[in-house]
Amino acid sequence: MVIKVLGSGCTNCKTLEKRALEAVVSVHVTATVEKVTDIRAIAAYGILRTPGLVIDEEVVSSGSVPTVDAIKGLIVSHAAKGTS
Amino acid sequence: MKLNSLRLSVLLLAVWLIAYAVLPLAVNVLVYKLLSLEEGTRLTSSLYFFLYEAPKVLLLMVIVVFGVGIVRSYFSPEKTRKVLENKPLLLGNVLASALGIVTPFCSCSAVPLFIGFVEAGIPLGVTFSFLTAAPMINEIAVVLLFGLFGWRVALLYVSMGLAIAILAGYVINKLNVERYVEDWVYAIRSKPQNSREEVLTLNARVEFGFTQVREIVSKVWVYLLVGIAVGAGIHGYVPENFMAGLMGKSAWWAVPVSVLIGVPLYSNAAGIIPVVHALLEKGASLGTTLAFMMSVIGLSLPETIILRKVLKLPLIFIFVGVVGTGIMLVGYLFNAIM
Repeated sequence: MVIKVLGSGCTNCKTLEKRALEAVVSVHVTATVEKVTDIRAIAAYGILRTPGLVIDEEVVSSGSVPTVDAIKGLIVSHAAKGTS
Repeated sequence: MKLNSLRLSVLLLAVWLIAYAVLPLAVNVLVYKLLSLEEGTRLTSSLYFFLYEAPKVLLLMVIVVFGVGIVRSYFSPEKTRKVLENKPLLLGNVLASALGIVTPFCSCSAVPLFIGFVEAGIPLGVTFSFLTAAPMINEIAVVLLFGLFGWRVALLYVSMGLAIAILAGYVINKLNVERYVEDWVYAIRSKPQNSREEVLTLNARVEFGFTQVREIVSKVWVYLLVGIAVGAGIHGYVPENFMAGLMGKSAWWAVPVSVLIGVPLYSNAAGIIPVVHALLEKGASLGTTLAFMMSVIGLSLPETIILRKVLKLPLIFIFVGVVGTGIMLVGYLFNAIM
């Protein structure tokens, strides 16, 4: 699983990255967390607000910083979708 | 019984009302009885201003941010973009300016929003109307203006801000500035996103309001206290009518100079309003003061630097020039009629 944090370096983006890492550690999935700071790459995902959270190329949230628990939920539901 | 957010908000509202009601008395007792300061000295007058205005403005801010948070939970940039698609020019400018007030927007997202609007085929002028109104007509500014100066000034501010945003966008569109947008912006084809607009319960919206209060108040309280401290200093130590010569009606150059000083200054509305309050009190005219305030919160250096990523330099200057001219016109207009 590849998780991407979209954002050009604002405080919210840094918070989101930290929370995403925390979430990954606590749900025991093998996932990498990458940061995307290039504005062209961010724009290609079609989000209107940063920070954005992307799991396996699917935008799961934008414009807000979900809590660690919410991110865990997103990861779990995404993993479930992938296997079914 | 577990308190849900809705019940909690009603309870907190009662606490808020009591705090707001007893504040004047509490500050009086604190300053004159407990600290037994002498009435009429500069220090007392500054300190009183600070001790009264700081909690009052904080209280106002909390309730406004909460209320606006709930209103904003009904809007999103995605919905706004949908509304603005395929609208004729002038109507588009009007809608974009009005939606700029209520759509949740942070200038840190100005670039993705700009690209998303361009991609949807929304005319540049309409997008600029949005980008002008969104920061300038800020809910915090409006309600603090209402709290400190009454509904007339607040209404004037909103209507003039809207007029500037509509006209600036309209003028920019007439200037055919498409060539001043970085070329790669037009080449972007984003992946279509499955838009899952979830319907929120009222309880969830109230929770969203609480989150907004936590996030925004924790970010702006420093600006607010510094702003009020500066205001308190002006209140106590600057002589009455000192500003009349510098920022009064008779000084024709005061409006452009205020705008020129205001643009590079960066503060949010919460920090600038106490300063505005103190300036007006010392004889600065309303038009000049409003122009100063609009240029500080409406045109900011950080936002233009962010926009430089998608706009070539000439368009940055056109944007700042057109909006700045609008602000100056508003300043002169107010000085002439008030």
